[in-house]
This record gives sequence, C-alpha cells and structure tokens, in this order.
Amino acid sequence: MPHDHEHPHSLLPPEPALRVKALETILTQKRLVDPAALDEIIDIYETKIGPRNGAHVVAKAWMDPDFKAALLADATAVVSELGYYGRQGEHMVAVENTDDVHNMVVCTLCSCYPWPLLGIPPTWYKSDAYRARSVREPRKVLADFGVELPVDTAVRVWDSTAEVRYLVIPQRPAGTDGMDEAALMALITRDSMIGTGLAIAP
Amino acid sequence: MSRVHDMGGRFGDGAVVPEPESDPVFHEDWHARALALVLSTGAWGQWNIDISRHARECLAPQDYAAMSYYEKWLAGAAALCVDNGIVTRDELASGQGDGTSDLAPKALKPENVASMLAAGGPADRPSDVTVRFKVGQAVQTRKIAANQMVDGGHTRLPTYAAGAKGRIVMIHGTHILPDSSAHRLGEGSEPVYAVAIPASELWAQPEHPKDEVILDLWQSYLDVAQ
Repeated sequence: MPHDHEHPHSLLPPEPALRVKALETILTQKRLVDPAALDEIIDIYETKIGPRNGAHVVAKAWMDPDFKAALLADATAVVSELGYYGRQGEHMVAVENTDDVHNMVVCTLCSCYPWPLLGIPPTWYKSDAYRARSVREPRKVLADFGVELPVDTAVRVWDSTAEVRYLVIPQRPAGTDGMDEAALMALITRDSMIGTGLAIAP
Repeated sequence: MSRVHDMGGRFGDGAVVPEPESDPVFHEDWHARALALVLSTGAWGQWNIDISRHARECLAPQDYAAMSYYEKWLAGAAALCVDNGIVTRDELASGQGDGTSDLAPKALKPENVASMLAAGGPADRPSDVTVRFKVGQAVQTRKIAANQMVDGGHTRLPTYAAGAKGRIVMIHGTHILPDSSAHRLGEGSEPVYAVAIPASELWAQPEHPKDEVILDLWQSYLDVAQ
C-alpha cells in the first residue's frame, strides 16, 4: 500500500521511458487516453507546426512594409490570417530588432514559447541555464551562441510571464535585395526569431 | 518564500548549449509520448493551465532540479490525476488501470486533435477592473513576489523582479489572474501590462547601462512608482 506522503510520480517506475509508458497504459485501460490521439499530436508537432511558420511571417515582414506595420500593431490578427493561430500562440506580439535594440525572449518561470510559429522549444530554451541567466547576463548567453552585438545596441529581454508570446523579427541582412520569399526564409533561423541568433547573411 | 522554478537571475547553471535547428523535435521517443500524453489530459476539462503549472512548481526542489523537462510534465500530470481522483495511488503503483473512468467520454479522439490544438486556450476575458496605468507611466512591482490569497500559492511575479521600478510599455488587455485561477478561486481577470525594468534596477552588475528586462505583469502586481 503506497504511502500518502509520497509524491505520486514516485509510485511509477524510476526510468523515465517506463514511467511514461506506465501512465499511458493506466490511462488507456481506463479509457481516458486513446493512443492514436497521442500519435496524432506527435505527428503535428514533428511535421506540421515548427519554425518555418515563423520564418514565413518574418520573410513577409521583410518584404512588405505594410505587412510589417500590421504585424507590429496586432500580431495575433496577422498570423491568424496565415493560419498560425493556436495553442500557446493565442496572444502574439512581434518585436523588431534594429541597430539600436536587440530583443531576446525567455520564460524564467517555466518554458513559455510561441508554439504555432516556432513549434516545440529546443532543449536549451527549457534548460535551467537559459532560464536563469538570460535575464541577468543576456550578452554572455548570446556569446554561448556565438553572437556579439555592437557596443551601443541595447538588449531587451522579454520574460514571458503571462499568456502573451513573443516573436522576434530579426534584422534583414545586407545583400538580400530582390530575394524572393523562399530565399529569404532560408536565412531566418529559429534562434534568430527567439533572439539568440541573427539571420544568416547570404 | 520562493519556489524552485523561480530561477531567473540565479548563478551557477553553466553554459547554454545551442542545438542545430535540424535536430529532431523530440530527442527521445518518450519525450514525444510524454508531451502528447500530458496535452491529452487537458481534454478532460478537470484543470486549467495555471493549475497545471502550479502542480509542476510544487514538486520537491530536489526532484525539480534532478528531473528533465518532460519528467516534470509527467510528474505534474501524475499529481493532478491523483489529486482530482482520476487515478488512484494503487493504480500508479500497480501499473494497472482499474475499470473505465467516468471521464472516458471526454477522452481526446484522434480526429479532434488538430482542432483542439488550433483552438488553443485564450486567456483574455472581459473584466470590470478599471485600467489603472497608461503607456509610459512609472510603476513599481510588489515588494514580495508571492500569491496574496494562498500561502505558497502560484504567482507569475518572479522573485528577481520584486520591488523593482519600471515603466509601462504595452497594455495587453484583461486576462485571467493565475494567482486566483491556479487555486480554483475564479478567473479574477484584470489588466496585464508589459513593464520594462532597467537591468540596473535588478542586478548588482548589469552588463550594459541600456539593457532592460520586460515582464508581463498583472495590475495587482503593480503600484505607482514612489
């Protein structure tokens, strides 16, 4: 008979993969979970929702000043029109990097992230090191990514403490005039839209 | 006062290790399974995102520190299942589910997954609370980063930003108050603001005089700057 003071997770097998399997089995036996629904969730986040959605939005912002102005004014409405509304992206704000300001996004309290635009966050975004350090020493964290900012550029770190999710619009690199949307999208990395990277120079 | 998840500004965590965008979305099959399993429990309608976050935050500090991301998710879900009478401790210990749950009709079906993810869970709600601050106004955060209704309860004011002076840069509308919602005390919707706080207000050795941290904070976390 398990003791009440034990945290429920400690009743499951110690090895994480077996722990997940055990809970899925119990919930499936109780008809609370349909394993085929889990397969569907995984497929969507592996193949349909990821950082190419965000790159599409940024490329359009680079190409069309009216689109960018609308995105900066009401990102939720603009990305919804492109089909990028959804779970963990219900309240979107876009912030633009300039020569004067570099924006960077973190969630110090958990791992909030704009899923419909960037997908499931990478491991480093969810790490204690990123959560702990980004707000205090963003430039040293940027150095971990090989990024060094001009000395006069201010850093604005956005700590995602509410249900608002932030998309960084990286600076458009020089030498990209006349490129089409697909070519521009190839320059827009996931990290550049979190603010831990810059767009790739062609 | 603070809980283990509230780690902004902490020293000692070492380097951030970047990973290529070409890496798999899930590094292990069980990571994918854990994410999907936890998301699917939301379909039962027995708790909200604030309750879920608080369940993870209530893990023992030594467990929270030792667990990987998806282990924390799983541990939070196991706690919620037990606390809400959906799964018993004996079922967890035996690894066998005992009979069909009353909530079985609410189980997420494969054909409903895409629409469930697309619908999301917006947090904005109408509110009678008067918008107190305007963009540009100087404000300061609560001196103590703690839930005012429940001792040790959920809050979204990080400790590092407690008692700090800043200015309003955006008004996000009126949203559910997590401090209330996490404890089933009602949605308590009120205005939420983006508040810019100079790094020099937060850290003994700020990296640069122009740097700022911006947090999304509820109106009740804020007062006019003294």
